[in-house]
Amino acid sequence: MRPLSAVGAVGGATLLVGYLSVVVLIPIAALAAHGLGISIDTHGQGFAFWDWSLHTNFAGFWHTVTQPTALQAIWLSLWLSLGVAALNAVAGIAIAWVLVRDEFPGKGLVEGVIDLPFALPTIVAGIVFLFLYGASSPVHLDLYETRTILFMALLFVTLPFSVRAVQPVLESLDGHAEAAARSLGASGFRTYRTIVLPSLLPAVLSGFGLAFARAIGEVGSLILVAGGLAHTTTASLLIYNLMQGPPSTQVEAASVSVALLVLSLVLLSSSSALSHHFSRRLTA
Amino acid sequence: MSVAAPSASRRWPLRIVVLGYLAALVGLPVVYLFVKAFSSGFGAFWHEVSQPGSVGALELSAKIAAVVVPVNTIVGVAAALLLARRRFVGRRFLDLTFDVPIAVSPIIVGVALFFAYAERIGWFGPWLLHRGIMVIFSPLGIALASMAVSLPYVLRSVLPVLIEVGEVQESAARTLGAGPWRRFFTITLPAIRWGVLYGVTLTLARTLGEFGAVLIVSGNIQGKTQTLPIYIYDAWDQNYDALASYAGAVVLALISITALVVLSILRGRERKLHVNIA
Repeated sequence: MRPLSAVGAVGGATLLVGYLSVVVLIPIAALAAHGLGISIDTHGQGFAFWDWSLHTNFAGFWHTVTQPTALQAIWLSLWLSLGVAALNAVAGIAIAWVLVRDEFPGKGLVEGVIDLPFALPTIVAGIVFLFLYGASSPVHLDLYETRTILFMALLFVTLPFSVRAVQPVLESLDGHAEAAARSLGASGFRTYRTIVLPSLLPAVLSGFGLAFARAIGEVGSLILVAGGLAHTTTASLLIYNLMQGPPSTQVEAASVSVALLVLSLVLLSSSSALSHHFSRRLTA
Repeated sequence: MSVAAPSASRRWPLRIVVLGYLAALVGLPVVYLFVKAFSSGFGAFWHEVSQPGSVGALELSAKIAAVVVPVNTIVGVAAALLLARRRFVGRRFLDLTFDVPIAVSPIIVGVALFFAYAERIGWFGPWLLHRGIMVIFSPLGIALASMAVSLPYVLRSVLPVLIEVGEVQESAARTLGAGPWRRFFTITLPAIRWGVLYGVTLTLARTLGEFGAVLIVSGNIQGKTQTLPIYIYDAWDQNYDALASYAGAVVLALISITALVVLSILRGRERKLHVNIA
């Protein structure tokens, strides 16, 4: 690897940083500043920054995110996403197992089906769930405006994460250790618990983190089926509702966004840290 | 295949449970989408798709993609080259920044763009307004939102291939006197072409299908700032027009299924490509 020296490379890197600033960095900074009530008052002094003063309004942020509506929405998002990610992790192991260790006609089709929820735009999933499990449900299951339908929609959109995380690891296990355990008299379940599961754990955890992050930020598949009840308003739907209002509620949307952002980053980084921890133990 | 493969009789229960789960969770909705859309015949479907609102939305989606995909492809390849071949201060930061849009909810991406560029409330709003540039509630904002959410795909598809290929050939070409552009087009690009195409497909699919981020910045003005996903939402949410929203959904579904097929062909070409669309 060479150091960054040539004029072209330095110029390219500068352009790149500029692009990232416009598209990601500045917006996130602006969001955090509005959400936390941070602003700079120039007192009309122009560039005389030594005369500027910095204002913060953390109390306002805290007041917004601890309001009953905001708290309820954040809790709903948190528990839904944790539940969906957990069920997904279990289902993901089972699905990956069947895909790797089992042979049956039509397996290629099943492989394709796994990725479909990922490729399908989320609003398409939302429309289908609305009509399949809404008021005019052809299977006579009216789940409109219930938490059950939110859970099902999230389960749909996060399906590929844990399957695709676990599958390559399962493929790399050659089965020798399992065969040895079985020949030494270990039961099927014990073999699974002591040999297979520990090897899969890092992948399961990283799939869990990805599914959680996706679920907690999901909008498209939920917005139509959630209706307008407070009972089914997740944090991301609340953010959308607040953005429809005047600037004063838009600032509240920024505060809820900051809270949601922190929450998902904490969970994402702890699941990836745990995943690293277990994969290190595995190789040690 | 594996030594510990359980006997056929013991595989059955799990196979049935897994296939049943997939059929109920994914199979049923997807089949229902197509059955319902074509239940009144192909003519009715086509009539809905050719409505001005639907055609306008498709047109805007195509225009947005025509801008976003090339920009993010160049950015992704350039970033991959920098990350794979150069060391510099802030390398780790650059790497992490590309993953921010994936870790962050799309709706938060939209809200963040709003607070940076919205007319009155945004940081740069007044400055932009003074120059007559409207970002939020205009196609420009939709393009920015799509650029943000599809940012990592090309980079993440190209970077592993670039590291795998190594720089021996590039170094050889350099010592033989080939300039940077010639090295890129004759050596590097042919080596990473499937990776680039893979990333381009992901970027295109995401741009055409993005909902949350675009919802915030579009303002939902029919014929002006309605992309296809927003049109589908609006057709039901405002007009309870089930047929229109269904027809739009089928068009998007067909596009994404095509993308899936392309991706699996590309994966066959280049075994290094994983589904790390995370």
